[in-house]
Amino acid sequence: MATAATQSGSWYIVTALVENKPGVLFRVTNLFRARNFNIESITVGSTEQKDLSRMTITTNSDEKTLDQLVKQLRKLIDVVEVKVLDTEKTVYRELALIKMTAVDPTTRSEIINYATIFRGNILDIGKETITVEITGTPDKIDAFKNLVEHYGIAQLSRTGVSALPRGVEL
Amino acid sequence: MVEMTGAKALIQALEKEGTEIVFGLPGGANLPIYDALVGANLRHVLVRHEQSAAHMADGYARIKRKAGVCFATSGPGATNLITGIATAYADSSPVVAVTGQVPLAMIGKDAFQETDIIGVANPCTKYSFQPRVATEIPEMVKKAFYISESGRPGPVLVDIPKDVQQATADMKFPDLIKVRGYNPVVDADLSDMSRAVALLVKAERPIIMAGGGVILSGAFSELQALAELLMIPVVTTFKGKGAFPENHPLAMGPIGMHGHAEANKIILEADCIVAVGARFSDRSVGRFDEFGKGMSIIHMDIDPAEIGKNKSVDVALVGDVKSSLRTLVKLLAKKIAKRSADNPWLKRRKELVQYYAETLKDYPREITARKSLKKLRELLPANGIVTTEVGQCQMWASLHFDVISPGTFFSSTGLGTMGFGFPASIGAKAAAPKVPVVDIAGDGSFNMTENSLAVSVLDKFPVIVFLMNNYMLGMVAQWQRTFYNRRYSGVHQHSCPDYVKIADAYGAQGIRVGSMQELDKAIKTAMKSDVATVIDIPIDPDEDVYPFVAPGTGLKDMITGA
Repeated sequence: MATAATQSGSWYIVTALVENKPGVLFRVTNLFRARNFNIESITVGSTEQKDLSRMTITTNSDEKTLDQLVKQLRKLIDVVEVKVLDTEKTVYRELALIKMTAVDPTTRSEIINYATIFRGNILDIGKETITVEITGTPDKIDAFKNLVEHYGIAQLSRTGVSALPRGVEL
Repeated sequence: MVEMTGAKALIQALEKEGTEIVFGLPGGANLPIYDALVGANLRHVLVRHEQSAAHMADGYARIKRKAGVCFATSGPGATNLITGIATAYADSSPVVAVTGQVPLAMIGKDAFQETDIIGVANPCTKYSFQPRVATEIPEMVKKAFYISESGRPGPVLVDIPKDVQQATADMKFPDLIKVRGYNPVVDADLSDMSRAVALLVKAERPIIMAGGGVILSGAFSELQALAELLMIPVVTTFKGKGAFPENHPLAMGPIGMHGHAEANKIILEADCIVAVGARFSDRSVGRFDEFGKGMSIIHMDIDPAEIGKNKSVDVALVGDVKSSLRTLVKLLAKKIAKRSADNPWLKRRKELVQYYAETLKDYPREITARKSLKKLRELLPANGIVTTEVGQCQMWASLHFDVISPGTFFSSTGLGTMGFGFPASIGAKAAAPKVPVVDIAGDGSFNMTENSLAVSVLDKFPVIVFLMNNYMLGMVAQWQRTFYNRRYSGVHQHSCPDYVKIADAYGAQGIRVGSMQELDKAIKTAMKSDVATVIDIPIDPDEDVYPFVAPGTGLKDMITGA
């Protein structure tokens, strides 16, 4: 908390259990905007309890900003619980859909090869495009994207990170 | 279970919360609520602008120390409330605002007088509710009061669609409610208490910086106990003004942009700051990076998010400051005996007080802000309640009006809302009808809500508007003098309006004074009056507020004007 030296730009995963009701996502994102918190990704979805949703937020922050982000989130009435996950003790995944321009057969087979290596799925093949689904850590998705970028990415959609602590934590 | 309309359920829920008075203004979307008010056990005060309704509820709340309630219709009625709601939010004041909304089926259709007021109010409310069925109303109202008044207080909005007000249902009024994601801390945080004690035992020049949290928590005697055990100086923030009696031998008044010179000076010489219910605002501490450098800081606050927000601290004690102070004093008293007043640190205090009393000369006129406010203090009983408008008048009040009885002073300190003081004084008068209530005003700020004179007269709130009138937006003019080479822009009020005639037109009393003697007489007349009195006091437009810590600079850069 009161540490003098803060490293800037570390990557954090914050998980929050929030009331599953209208307006909660608005309150959370409005807070981030109002307090100038820089969010990389945010995902929201249902949980094992039907009246609670889980939000997973990733952010590049210094420690002081992260501390404020967590405290301000906790302050929201609709936010039931907030934790910063230790990435070493956390399973986290992101899903990406990548549509590439691929007309000639060599390109096509190269993309399919890479997708297999990355344990991706080919979701769609058209006359001029191939769409691949990659699931993994954000790093893995970045790596695949960098690998295939030169073929020409027509469209890309990433879900943002979803995460749970390992074992019996939380 | 009783069958009734949603509007009736709202009124009954308010009555169950102990609400005695509501400030508001009706319109199309809250007609059912106003209909349900007929015959209710609630006093309704009709305002002339919704902003004033929110300020009145706020002023009421600050004196009564329970939520004040205001009503407005949808759309413009609701948006007019926003300035008042934001003011209450910035100063952590419990206000429950109830707005009418267009019928459910019309929401999102850009209907007449439709505003997404939940969206608009989100950044300046602690929480908001919008019942979708009438049966939700009793529980939501109860939650609104609970959230508004507990923890760090703040405004809560209840936005009720018109058809939900009209719908009839079997109503259940809950006795107990629980809000899963909201568990305000109450007790003192013991984990770091011993470290706080150790720091204070060791410190040679500790100082207390008391903030608004002391007033909200009513921790006056606890604060005094700590100060008198350690025998150390007490400064306050502006919001904390009056948390500690300003005539006490340890008191040094507010620090900050227009803080007392001796307070700004001494806090820089301290080696340990105990910040009690204070949030290290820019107006109080100047530069965050400079303030408290080389000192240890103990920070007590009920809001965990305040810890480390503006200032990293050495020890954080999260909890109600009343409880934290009590525990701290108890533990400290086991380690040290009550210290003597004859110590070098208090000698330094005396030296500084004396130095600035001799150095800072008053403005050379027969009537000045300083003299007027000293006169007001002399004549107003210690339990008299004082609030202020915003601008020079406010800062003069901070500098020259000593609060003697703790908790009898408040102002729009966080948002700095012009037009706050007068309606807030009416709210305060509603909360404490037997006590004289004064709004220390300037002309620019009073202009913004002076139509509340109608409320003061018709609803019999005989408050005193202590109008220090320089026919200027004086604080802006002062900044233009100081930072823009006297290039005035948009600050002159050109002797308009005539405030005696304005008061007269509303059936209030207006007195223009031309000498200190007349001011003396006017204050005495006003205190006996059964209608509101506007005392028009001429102030030279060139009279500045000093000391002054320019924005973006630190307390050490204070300009005393001497």
